[in-house]
Amino acid sequence: MSLEPSESRKMPRTLPKSNTGIRGLDEITAGGLPSGRPTLICGEAGSGKTLFSMEFLVHGATQYDEPGVFVAFEEKAEELAINVASLGFDLNQLQRDGLIRIDHVHIERSEIEETGEYNLDGLFIRLAYAIDSIGAKRVVLDTIESLFAGLTNQAVLRAELRRLFEWLKEKQVTTIITGEKGEASLTRQGLEEYVSDCVILLDHRVENKISTRILRIVKYRGSVHGTNEYPFLIDEDGISVLPVTSLQLNHAVSSERLSSGIPALDKMLAGEGFYKASSILVSGTAGTGKTSIAGSFIDKSCKDGVRAIYFAFEESPYQIIRNMRSINIDLQAHIDNGLLMFSASRPTFNGLEMHLLKIMKLIEQFRPNVIVLDPISNLITVGSNSEVKNLLTRLIDFLQSQQITVMFTALALNDNKTEQTDEGVSSLVDVWILVRDIESNGERNRGLYVMKSRGMKHSNQVREFVITDEGLKLVEVFLGPEGVLTGSARETQQLLEKTSEAIRDHALSRKDREIERKRLVLESKIATLKEEFESLQEELNKSYVEDDLKKSIMENNRQELTRKRDDLL
Amino acid sequence: MIQGTHQTQDWDDGDEMDDHFELRLYIAGASSNSIRAIENLREICEKYIKERYTLRVIDVHQEKSLASQQQLVALPLLVKLRPSPERRLIGDMSDTQKVLKGLGISGE
Repeated sequence: MSLEPSESRKMPRTLPKSNTGIRGLDEITAGGLPSGRPTLICGEAGSGKTLFSMEFLVHGATQYDEPGVFVAFEEKAEELAINVASLGFDLNQLQRDGLIRIDHVHIERSEIEETGEYNLDGLFIRLAYAIDSIGAKRVVLDTIESLFAGLTNQAVLRAELRRLFEWLKEKQVTTIITGEKGEASLTRQGLEEYVSDCVILLDHRVENKISTRILRIVKYRGSVHGTNEYPFLIDEDGISVLPVTSLQLNHAVSSERLSSGIPALDKMLAGEGFYKASSILVSGTAGTGKTSIAGSFIDKSCKDGVRAIYFAFEESPYQIIRNMRSINIDLQAHIDNGLLMFSASRPTFNGLEMHLLKIMKLIEQFRPNVIVLDPISNLITVGSNSEVKNLLTRLIDFLQSQQITVMFTALALNDNKTEQTDEGVSSLVDVWILVRDIESNGERNRGLYVMKSRGMKHSNQVREFVITDEGLKLVEVFLGPEGVLTGSARETQQLLEKTSEAIRDHALSRKDREIERKRLVLESKIATLKEEFESLQEELNKSYVEDDLKKSIMENNRQELTRKRDDLL
Repeated sequence: MIQGTHQTQDWDDGDEMDDHFELRLYIAGASSNSIRAIENLREICEKYIKERYTLRVIDVHQEKSLASQQQLVALPLLVKLRPSPERRLIGDMSDTQKVLKGLGISGE
């Protein structure tokens, strides 16, 4: 993104460039082909040279206001028009509008006798005439090497070609020259000697019976450019180049969360689910419910009003819809609402690049927020591990730049040996959920755990994962005396514990009653003792009172006696 | 084909003019190649087909649209329109033997 130059800003300092309008190419050439200079496009027969040049010309005429001249040495104007009509280019109309001019140069050695010195003034004049008549800024010479077949004097031809390219530069037209690939050199006639500014090589390889087209920028004087081999495709929209990865890792990130559709799984992922625009891998052995997890994620997303695409590489959409219905997930409803789109294709139907392009195109059309690829392991049938990984890297890259959340499912073949998935993508993804078979006591149960989850606290527990008529559920962790229990073992243990609880409860209540009784006995004893004590106390108090009484009476008596004695005196 | 008078007329014309050479020489301005080609061609014509030829010299620079119409690439170009078949010769006409062969004249 940042590589794309803003023309007005960079114009004074760097090489001016002409946009080709070919998807992806302008990105890797940082703006297109060098303006006002010749570019050589070489490649074998059928590698897409003519189409490439035609797209450059038509896009120039229709999108960038730069009319163009196409000098065809091999095909007639009518043939060309028919050939590119399938891409939606109406050459005849463009010619009538004065945006494009096609000049078919016919040269046949058998019709011509060479009688001495000559030059290519005829070609120069007609080219100049064509350029001036429509004010062309772009020129294509396809394939100028045909001249070598028509004329014998090599020395003249070479000198004239050199003069032609110089002249084109003077004319300030951006030129594409196509050339057939030679045995040892880039072109049969060594055209690369004359065109030193920019050379692009197109290649066409067939591996495992599946063809891949490859583009490479061999040289680009005065400009940075990607040097890799870039796969490209020709389809009904013309050429699209797919950069392997964008050169930087600088995607905007989101801290928004998306629910997985399984509440208990969300809980394992710090309670809220996945990050938006993250990539999630669900891997597991056959029949562990990977597709069900994916279906449930899609279902939840659509219910939340998010657009989604389901890329199925194994089952047909109808099959998936039917199967999901059995676990109470109605995907058809989302399709009817226009929120969900299915895209099913056999992996072997296309090469990997074609798959990637198809995915990208659908994404650009449908603009989903969530996609599911189910399963990616099937892609391995059409490419090697590293190719699949490469593809997924680019896909994840692309999706992150588009803020799309992706869920991959992958089949793990031998869960005992290694937990690495075949595609080796586990390091690429943000969240990796593993579903495993847990086999014990003559039954298989599913265990689910979160292997990794970037940027959030996540549970380290293995949870039992059950598929019910109502949907997917994670059962609460059940720890028995011998660790985590699953399936019927869990149920047995649960029953056992329930029984012992009841027994314990019973025992407890009996003890309680006895204690109560003991308490009552003790309490009555305490009451008796209290009574005894009170009577004793009263007894003791009685003697006290008597003593006091006696004492006061005696005192009174004594006083009385004393007084009486005084009286007597 | 055989019926129409017009066609018969044409055919007769051709027959009559069978040994008359109708030549067009396309050149690009007054370049050395152009000048040499005119000189050499005149010489050959005067020597071998004197008074049996019409030569038109056309400067393509003066009429640029001709270049595309006439499929011009290499110049100078000599086109022999008659007698048929049409032949095209390029170069400055310095190779007399080749010019004669191209024009279908035996250089006796």
